[in-house]
Amino acid sequence: MSFFEFLQQNWSEIFALTREHLWLVFISTALAVLIGVPVGVLLTRRKSLQTPILGIANILQTVPSLALFGLLIPIPFIGGIGAKSAIIALTLYSFLPIIRNTVTGISGVDSKIKEAATAMGMTDWQILKMVELPLAAPVILTGIRVAVVIAVGVATIAAAIGAGGLGTYIFRGLRQNDNNLLLAGAIFSAILALIADFALGQIGKLYALQNVQNKAAHKRRKFILVGAAVLIIGFLGFSLISNLKSRTQNFSNQTIRVGSKDFTESVILAEILSQMLEKKGIQVERQFELGGNLAHDALLSNQIDVYPEYTGTAFTAILNHQPITDTEAVYNQTKAEYAQKFNLIISPPLGFSNDFAILVRGDVARKNNLQTISDAVPISKNWQAGFGQDFMSRPDGYEGFSKAYNFNFSKQPREMDLALTYRALQSGQVDIIAGNSTDGLISVLNLFQLDDDKKYFPPYQAVFIARKDKAEILRETFEQLANAISTDEMRRLNYAVDGENTAPRDAAKNWLMRFQ
Amino acid sequence: MTEKPQTIVEFQRVNFEIGGLKILDELNLQVNKGETLVLLGESGCGKTTTLKLINRLIEPTSGEVLVEGKAMTDWDAIKLRRRIGYVLQEAGLFPHFTIRENVALVPNLENHEKEKTRERVNELLELVGLNPDKFADRFPHELSGGQRQRVGVARALAANPDLLLLDEPFGALDAITRTNLQKEFAKLVTELGKTAVFVTHDLHEAFILGSRIALMDKGRFALVDTPENFRKSDLPLVHDYLQTIEFQK
Repeated sequence: MSFFEFLQQNWSEIFALTREHLWLVFISTALAVLIGVPVGVLLTRRKSLQTPILGIANILQTVPSLALFGLLIPIPFIGGIGAKSAIIALTLYSFLPIIRNTVTGISGVDSKIKEAATAMGMTDWQILKMVELPLAAPVILTGIRVAVVIAVGVATIAAAIGAGGLGTYIFRGLRQNDNNLLLAGAIFSAILALIADFALGQIGKLYALQNVQNKAAHKRRKFILVGAAVLIIGFLGFSLISNLKSRTQNFSNQTIRVGSKDFTESVILAEILSQMLEKKGIQVERQFELGGNLAHDALLSNQIDVYPEYTGTAFTAILNHQPITDTEAVYNQTKAEYAQKFNLIISPPLGFSNDFAILVRGDVARKNNLQTISDAVPISKNWQAGFGQDFMSRPDGYEGFSKAYNFNFSKQPREMDLALTYRALQSGQVDIIAGNSTDGLISVLNLFQLDDDKKYFPPYQAVFIARKDKAEILRETFEQLANAISTDEMRRLNYAVDGENTAPRDAAKNWLMRFQ
Repeated sequence: MTEKPQTIVEFQRVNFEIGGLKILDELNLQVNKGETLVLLGESGCGKTTTLKLINRLIEPTSGEVLVEGKAMTDWDAIKLRRRIGYVLQEAGLFPHFTIRENVALVPNLENHEKEKTRERVNELLELVGLNPDKFADRFPHELSGGQRQRVGVARALAANPDLLLLDEPFGALDAITRTNLQKEFAKLVTELGKTAVFVTHDLHEAFILGSRIALMDKGRFALVDTPENFRKSDLPLVHDYLQTIEFQK
């Protein structure tokens, strides 16, 4: 599919994501201005506060965005998943340029002018309003402009905590190896940044002294800007209304908030569950594509009600047990401990397992006649391994794996985004990766899965994990889905999305038609 | 008794220090209604500090400054400042205000009637020699230095204050413009019957404008007297000053 065709087919989603993106940036910048400018003014009045407060703002800015989003998840009231946390994080990022430029702008006002203002009998408030702020406006606006451009960029990361926006396309594109998605996400957020930069530049010019002093040009610019502002506010107002509409739905008792992790299979499973629930007349709120273990945190903090998980992951990464290989024991023990520790229920297994798949390029496997992981050990000394962050850190991941098989890579494995390891392997930049056995990309990219001959990896049966208070509503659907999806079927579903660019929603729909 | 001039500003044993450094040392001074007192001295002698004490831009470390017989502490600083005209070097006009808005500043702060303020601004601009039709809607940067200084004087006069404070208002102007403005200002102050305290380092200016000259040196008054008596003084410092004028001639 060409990029142009992609745009034609998806313009309404692109429009919706752009609107979400703009909304995140607009609200967070507005908040940052409402708080940051007064703080900046305060700092010009209490100079001793400048170093500590600017220092804090500085530190906030250096916190990596994904880390900041993650830190906000468990915080009550302001945190959690979704737009709220994203807005808070974006606001925190916007503080530094806005506060700093407010301080710089006001301090930069000619002291003779301030002296004259005081001597004329103006109050501090009048001096601020009539003299300092108007004269500092161009500098403050430059700060806002910098903040907005940063926010447009950082807001793409917000997709990782389910805040939506154009980052959704970027993350999805990375996962699904889909350049159209990547391009659309990147291009439209870049366009947003450019437009915002240009528009704020124009406002800045409006307040620049030489233009305040040129009445005709001032009026003309004002006219154009008021027009643009009306358009943007209309656009945002529209999205606010549609936001509120979807919010009000949430208050219905019969609403189930379905979450998913940030990879294709999880999204498809969540989508299948969502559509089955919707057929039963239950309202569904989708909180998909949550990174790392955010879905678990979100479930615990009552931000979502249910999400697809794997028994092995729950057993090792969440319950912190040493990996064991008995499928049933893992399921039973996980179920019991989840009920006791977290008050969460676990559905019957869905029928397939998504185990770790140690992958090499097909031609390498053929040339060296590789079948099992043990086969690869002797020739792997000079291989470059590439593993996802998850595999590198989890207890059943790299460390135990390399020990169990006695791997001895001479080069430190590259730690990268899981979705990117497939591409890196295909293009020969790495030689061995740890993927997922149900991944559609394995056949698409002509990769070969080495057999886990030492049975190192624990079983990863797919299940749903849900909050206990929703057990009644979910029971029937869980029973219908028990043993309903085979490994082959899951691989096909993944391939439909990753290889054929079917939307997860449509892939789930097609599967359900066959299923029922 | 009626012969006794009314005191507008009075300094009683005023000291001013910054970080232990003595700027003003036991100043005693009276400024009488209708006179133009020139504070004369070199940079750093404390003349601008003395001026700023009068409209409470700064407060004395010890001693008392009285305006119209009332101690500083009994004045509301904002009200006090709006009763005193203030002109500073390079005018200190607001660059984002038109000439009209600049001149109308204090009347607008005091919520005077718009139409009256408008007339008042026109009247004042005429008074300082600027055609209102031509200048009122311009911005400060479109005017020459001399014209801006005229606007500065007009702004100071806008609320019709009895007392004017001027901090080297003509210091940055070229000689010809300066001489013209000095002469016009002297005439203006006499005609309007204003009391003025005028800071300068230029003896020539002091002679043109001052009804009395207060010569300052290291935070003290070396001499406070009329220009005539100033010329006759045998203080070495006065002698030095007079020489600068002789030299110029």
